[in-house]
Amino acid sequence: MMLIACPHCGPRAHVEFTYERTMDAILSVDVDPDTAVAILFQRENPRGPSQELWRHTYGCRSWLRLTRNTVTHDLAEVVAWPPA
Amino acid sequence: MKRFSALALLRAGLDGQKSWPRDWRDPEPRKHYDVVIIGGGGHGLATAYYLAKTHGVRSVAVLERASIGGGNTGRNTTIVRSNYRQPALQRLLEFSLKTWEGLSDELNYNLMFSQRGALFLGHSDADMTKLAERGDSLRCVGIDAQLMTRRQVARLIPLLDISPNARFPVVGGLIQRRGGTARHDAVAWGYARAADALGVDVIQNCEVTGFDITDGRVHGVRTSRGSVGADRVGLCVAGNSGLVAAMAGLKLPIESHLLQAFVSEPVKPMIDTVIMSQSVHCYISQSDKGELGLGGDPDHYPTYSQRGSPHRIDEVAAQAIAMVPALSRLRMLRSWSGTTDMSFDGSPIIGATPIDGLYLNGGWCYGGFKATPGSGRLYAHHLATGAAHAIAAPFSLERFALGATIDEAGAGPLPQAR
Repeated sequence: MMLIACPHCGPRAHVEFTYERTMDAILSVDVDPDTAVAILFQRENPRGPSQELWRHTYGCRSWLRLTRNTVTHDLAEVVAWPPA
Repeated sequence: MKRFSALALLRAGLDGQKSWPRDWRDPEPRKHYDVVIIGGGGHGLATAYYLAKTHGVRSVAVLERASIGGGNTGRNTTIVRSNYRQPALQRLLEFSLKTWEGLSDELNYNLMFSQRGALFLGHSDADMTKLAERGDSLRCVGIDAQLMTRRQVARLIPLLDISPNARFPVVGGLIQRRGGTARHDAVAWGYARAADALGVDVIQNCEVTGFDITDGRVHGVRTSRGSVGADRVGLCVAGNSGLVAAMAGLKLPIESHLLQAFVSEPVKPMIDTVIMSQSVHCYISQSDKGELGLGGDPDHYPTYSQRGSPHRIDEVAAQAIAMVPALSRLRMLRSWSGTTDMSFDGSPIIGATPIDGLYLNGGWCYGGFKATPGSGRLYAHHLATGAAHAIAAPFSLERFALGATIDEAGAGPLPQAR
């Protein structure tokens, strides 16, 4: 169980949050088809630190960027996304 | 290989069962093999067995980082069934289920395969419509399916709470009588023993640390016990597919998440069917030893921790007790989790990679155990002939770029949507 410190709401249980995708998997509309396929479907799937997009779905509903270790679940950073 | 039989057991009894040879050798890796399989789980060992048995490829090594069957093969809830909805998955899992039938005899190893029936519960009229449609589609392709009324379900599982006030009211169900369970460890051991007897080298404690790739073609692998050359290399490391593929410079449509399972103290027989509910997301079965195995949803985020969140334990226990109230008095012995190879459409990937001679079998999400024999046969076909078997062809790695995904849940291209 992770305790995620939402920058808007403070520390909350991780069941309030949902994982969306890794930060390198955010697609912009103006890329060519090959790049789009790579962004949509090709993952590094790292064992260790990973940058991820999460959402405080059952809280303030904001998007958040997490730097999270996929083995220890340590959270190095939780910031609002996109940055203001 | 000394064959197991009642007579052999009696004979061995004369010397206190001390005359049994070891089930498989402990060979040193050779310099070169025709085929190297990375990963000594059920799928990898089955692949090696069928390479030797069906295709006559005897120069085969299975390289396993730790001990065989120690990963997801030994961590699942052992359910075997083929009652899927997508035609490509129906063909794949029915091919596998047909192979399960008779596999204990073929391997001369008791897999404790028990076709005790796999039942989906329907909790509403909408559920029953969906189950009826699934049943029709299964029967159209020759897979057994039987729609059941509430009364029939109650007769089959007397301990189920079917009262109208139940938390999850039971309206009916859909059963696959040929579905059931098998002993997961025995599947790995049985295949290892049979493959070893055909000359396959099952090499444990041998970690792959890299690939020898030149001009887009693989020539072998580097391991913790030296380099091993190979004409063809097959990845079979579900849970860690992304990490091993990264050594070859590949990125896959796979994320590693986790799925938890739970087992109770052993009790006398109380549930002789596999109970599943796709609306509630809980499944229950009882092993021959008497323990009840329970499972639920995955944890829905990337992790290699093999350590699940307690809220899922809470949720599965609540659902199981609501469906079978008698479970409330049982103590849970263990809970554990396995690293699941979550693909982006919920279906496995079996086939070639962009690197010549390097093949992939992975992305089984949380449903790979039931496919073990079929997956082994199909992957062996591909590794031996260089071309996909017709049943495996839809499960190619290219399907994502082509938009030809096989999305059983109809949930879109995200691993956590399964």
